[in-house]
Amino acid sequence: MKMIVCVKQVLDPEAPPTKFKIDPNAYNVLMPSDAAPVLSPFDEQAVEAALRIKDANGGTISVISLGANLQRDVVKKPLSMGADELILLEDPAYVDGDSWSTGYALAAAIKKLGQFDLIFCGRQAADSDSGQVGAAIAEILGLTQVTVARKVEVMDGKVRVERVTADGYETIEAALPALITVSNELGEPRYATIKGIIEAKRKEPIVWKPGDIGLDTFKIGAAGSRTRMVKVYQPVHVSKCEMVAGANEEDAGKNLAKKMAEARLL
Amino acid sequence: MENKGVMIFAEVTDGKLSPITRELLGAGRKLANDLGEELSAIIAGSGVVSTAAKIAAGVTDKVYVVDDPLLKDYCTEAYAAVVEKVCQIAHPRILLMGHTTIGSDLAPRAAFRMGTAAKTDCIALDIDDMNKQLLVTKPIFGGNALAVFTMETFPQVATIRVKSMTTQAVESTGKGEIIEVALGLDPAAVKTTVLQKVVAENEGVKLEDASVIITGGRGMGGPEGFKQLEELAKLLKGAVGASRPACDNGWVKDIMQIGLTGKIVSPDVYIAVAVSGTTQHLAGCSGARNIIAINKDPDANIFTEARFGVVGDWKKVLPGFEAEVKKLMGK
Ligand SMILES: Cc1cc2nc3c(=O)[nH]c(=O)nc-3n(C[C@H](O)[C@H](O)[C@H](O)COP(=O)(O)OP(=O)(O)OC[C@H]3O[C@@H](n4cnc5c(N)ncnc54)[C@H](O)[C@@H]3O)c2cc1C
Repeated sequence: MKMIVCVKQVLDPEAPPTKFKIDPNAYNVLMPSDAAPVLSPFDEQAVEAALRIKDANGGTISVISLGANLQRDVVKKPLSMGADELILLEDPAYVDGDSWSTGYALAAAIKKLGQFDLIFCGRQAADSDSGQVGAAIAEILGLTQVTVARKVEVMDGKVRVERVTADGYETIEAALPALITVSNELGEPRYATIKGIIEAKRKEPIVWKPGDIGLDTFKIGAAGSRTRMVKVYQPVHVSKCEMVAGANEEDAGKNLAKKMAEARLL
Repeated sequence: MENKGVMIFAEVTDGKLSPITRELLGAGRKLANDLGEELSAIIAGSGVVSTAAKIAAGVTDKVYVVDDPLLKDYCTEAYAAVVEKVCQIAHPRILLMGHTTIGSDLAPRAAFRMGTAAKTDCIALDIDDMNKQLLVTKPIFGGNALAVFTMETFPQVATIRVKSMTTQAVESTGKGEIIEVALGLDPAAVKTTVLQKVVAENEGVKLEDASVIITGGRGMGGPEGFKQLEELAKLLKGAVGASRPACDNGWVKDIMQIGLTGKIVSPDVYIAVAVSGTTQHLAGCSGARNIIAINKDPDANIFTEARFGVVGDWKKVLPGFEAEVKKLMGK
């Protein structure tokens, strides 16, 4: 199995909401918070999905990450988990794109990598929450896509995917090659091993500039986008919470029930 | 050819228009009125679409019906072909879908196939008076920020967050024209097969329909705590929900997850127990009319959204609460 996983570096989505700030004067620029960047969590699960297939069926995993100022300890995490190589599309021309122009660049890199059986992405990035890059890559490369996977297995030359639905899941069988996007229901990504961390330290990522993969800069990043952000703002929350107390915690619970009854909420 | 009109992609469940479709019809009609253009709908499926098409025809100007055995189960390839085919005939300016299991998969793929782009999980739609462009509002960073986008290619495709639009009573004109479109897709183009569908629905009230929901978070500490929440839910005739960590830890079923990547609910009363109130969680419950929070951390973000709050350990607060509820209900 030759597998490719696309991963994105994002601001830590688990940082407390109070830390999150936007520069209101910068129109559409999001200020980095002081929280350290991480790999988008669903992308780590995508790496895990590929690793499970590598464990079961054998194969290799190439990881691709697109962005600028990619922190090596962040983007190397899949290597320390067991992936084989890391390719970085790192250049200012790649960034500030939309799902289309990002998928366009990633598809070009995948073409350069050559033959593959499976491509994995996270179901959505934790910053843009868009969930479209997988579809863009699949469309450009003419691949079958299955999104929001909770389980992925390869058997008899086909991929079997459990796809999360609103009321459960459905099992879909697809011919290879295919593109799968992965959701958290897959389960926790594995920890890096000591051996993995040492190996990851040694491996240098391959960096491809737009010219290396035959891309014109007007087709990628912000220039290649089909969508445009016209405004960004932070919703304001005015807290109107009435705190209910009591002689002790149990009593506070009783008072809460009374309050709710008064407000006709019971 | 100039792109004109607003089109919605209708989803049909059990022969009826699904709730999100009624939201789309309301939102689509408003945009169409603002533009002074037509509202149309796509209905696709196998053998089950005729009644739904009649209903949709009552509230739209045109319904494009695609009925084909290949459309029995949802699959991206066949449904993307449907959207492409109908848009080649109708040339809509705007195409709306629900941000559902189907819409979230279909909209981007169909949009890219048509050389255009989509924005997903939008919560507000407007028309720019200056140039008739669609402006969509979408939460980003898990809801920490809201962004307004426009698309520079047509049709402008957007998926709409469930329960973000009011289901307006859509006036039935009964004048909609039904247009049948042949899919004409080579079955060999479909490289996926649905082997089975597993429904893991809970007993009792469905989360989507519940007027009272009691949600437990990571602070419940295990499945035992959820038993107490279930008892309480029975008493209040409600349903039990969960934050993502409670699902990820296997304490409850995955389908009970409320939030950005779980279910979107809008009950009258949402009792959040040991839930910190991250924006990703609030994305699923901020439509609740009253949020009640029980949390041992006085600074928990959930309190900023709550109407009533109790600071304390749920293990001590809940027994008092339950006893008093029983008393008030005369049980
Ligand atoms: C892209 C993305 C999508 C996501 N989608 C979702 C989603 O759909 N739904 C979702 O829920 N999350 C989602 N998350 C995860 C989210 O970021 C948080 O991790 C999650 O919501 C936290 O759940 P929690 O509040 O239960 O846990 P925590 O944040 O750990 O909070 C636990 C709370 O319990 C309180 N507590 C602990 N013990 C007690 C006690 N004995 N009594 C009272 N209070 C107690 C603590 O004070 C704390 O406030 C998503 C994340 C990402 C990045």
